[in-house]
Amino acid sequence: MSSVSLPANPNENLLRQHAAREKWVLLGLSAPALVLVLVVMVLPVGWLFYLSFIGSEGTFSMENYARMLESKSYGRIFVTTFKVSLLTTAICIAIGYPLAYFLSQLPSRAANICMLAVLLPFWTSLLVRTYAWLVLLQRKGLINNWGIEAGLWSEPLALVHNLTGTLIGMVHIMLPFLVLPLYSSMKAIDPDYLKAASNLGARPAQSFWQVFFPLSLPGLFAGSLIVFVLCLGFFVTPAVLGGGKVIMVSNQITNNIELFFNWGAASALGVVLLVVTLVILYVASKLLPLNNVLGGGH
Amino acid sequence: MYWAGGTEPMNWLKRPASDTQITHGQRLWLYVLAAIIMFLLVVPTLLVIPMSFSASQYLEFPPREWSLRWYETYFGSIAWMDATWTSLKAGLLTTLLATPLGTMAAYGLYVSQHKWSRLVFIFLITPIMIPVILIAIGAFYVYVQIKMVNSLAGLVVAHTILALPLVLIVVSSAFRSYDMNQEMAARSLGASRLTAFMAITLPQIRFSVITAALLSFLTSFDEVIVALFVSGGDNSTLTRNMFNALRDQIDPTIAAISTIMIAISSGLLLVAQLLGKPRE
Repeated sequence: MSSVSLPANPNENLLRQHAAREKWVLLGLSAPALVLVLVVMVLPVGWLFYLSFIGSEGTFSMENYARMLESKSYGRIFVTTFKVSLLTTAICIAIGYPLAYFLSQLPSRAANICMLAVLLPFWTSLLVRTYAWLVLLQRKGLINNWGIEAGLWSEPLALVHNLTGTLIGMVHIMLPFLVLPLYSSMKAIDPDYLKAASNLGARPAQSFWQVFFPLSLPGLFAGSLIVFVLCLGFFVTPAVLGGGKVIMVSNQITNNIELFFNWGAASALGVVLLVVTLVILYVASKLLPLNNVLGGGH
Repeated sequence: MYWAGGTEPMNWLKRPASDTQITHGQRLWLYVLAAIIMFLLVVPTLLVIPMSFSASQYLEFPPREWSLRWYETYFGSIAWMDATWTSLKAGLLTTLLATPLGTMAAYGLYVSQHKWSRLVFIFLITPIMIPVILIAIGAFYVYVQIKMVNSLAGLVVAHTILALPLVLIVVSSAFRSYDMNQEMAARSLGASRLTAFMAITLPQIRFSVITAALLSFLTSFDEVIVALFVSGGDNSTLTRNMFNALRDQIDPTIAAISTIMIAISSGLLLVAQLLGKPRE
């Protein structure tokens, strides 16, 4: 609404002021949400940050952080967390990429129907899905019964209450988070590029690896990032399917509070988890336009 | 692109499957693989349904004898019923709080195009990016100080900040594909901004708002970690009780509850899918 080319208008300043004020009023519409997030998230997390620097004497101390560096068990927890998150992400990529590719090649009606296979688990409670895997994978569960009846193996396999069970559950829960952004980035690839490639003599595999695959990478990175970051904070699935053998950071935080009432140690772990998550998200946002994926772009 | 092939399957296998002259036959492995993955995504969860109708103490498939005893146990238990009501109440209140707040924020941030809009947006979606355990123990610690532990209000407020990001993301994307000039037109004809929004904009983005509301409900209804810390006593949620039951034993009552929860999620997904494509 700039009126640079018009002669000086006495109302111009007034209009500009009015527009500026309206912008603030509109921004103010987000104030209630903002206040809520400040009070319920920022304030408590800030408090935890403070608690993490309070030692057992009740004074300022770095002992909660020092313990993490010294204690072997804490080291193991961080290694487990990263290992489980990396493995889950890698398996999700291996399974999710072909699925997303398949969906992206379908005509829209068939794609909508097949998409339900991705959306239904996405909408189903995480706890229910974890429970279903517990039932299927346990010693006398469906999979062991069938495997033994079919003569595939003779002793019940240890499929749950260990790393295997945790990974199966987490991959099942995280797969939609990879497939959905990957699918939308694949759908955005202009099919004319592939036509052009094959016109120029590329074999199907060539046009896939040299044209389609590179163009799908931003979606793949974004999806993998979401999966990895969400995995870092996982709690329910390792608790139920890990059977106490897979202790991730969130599980240890809970143990520190429920079993040992040690808020300092729990807070310090929480702060480390938060910082790692935020650093990964920050670095990633510099490398790729994340807000397009999360829907924040204007 | 040809999907529906000829009458003979052999013909279909030789047809080009995409713009790169690859045939369906050469791609058969992809179709088989995708079918297996989709099967593994959907079926393991659904196997809980027949198991919940089994008469046996032990979870078996297929059940040798059918019965409704686990549903009777569930509906007959005061503890489970109370927990269900708590979850339903928390879900409903979270929806009623998160949907308007999130829609308001999405509208304000989008329309104002303020230099801070992007920053505020990112800030408001952080609750789904940071580990939930932090929000859970943070809220727990603060609620202990102000004596709000085990209160429905405390649970709802914490669930609302988890649902806000979803509302914001869904509704913002609706605004981006909406022509704001329509609202301008209404205002130039004398409507106030509120009237213009209610009469012109809201009806056109209503499907996104409804989807956002359904997601808010499920966010609260299915949430475990925050509920584990800040709900309890008379206000224990269904998921909290389920989680605690899971750690101790495999009680077939959980299969019955899971079946009901699957039915609720599928129903809501169906509503969202049907509403999401109004003009087809």
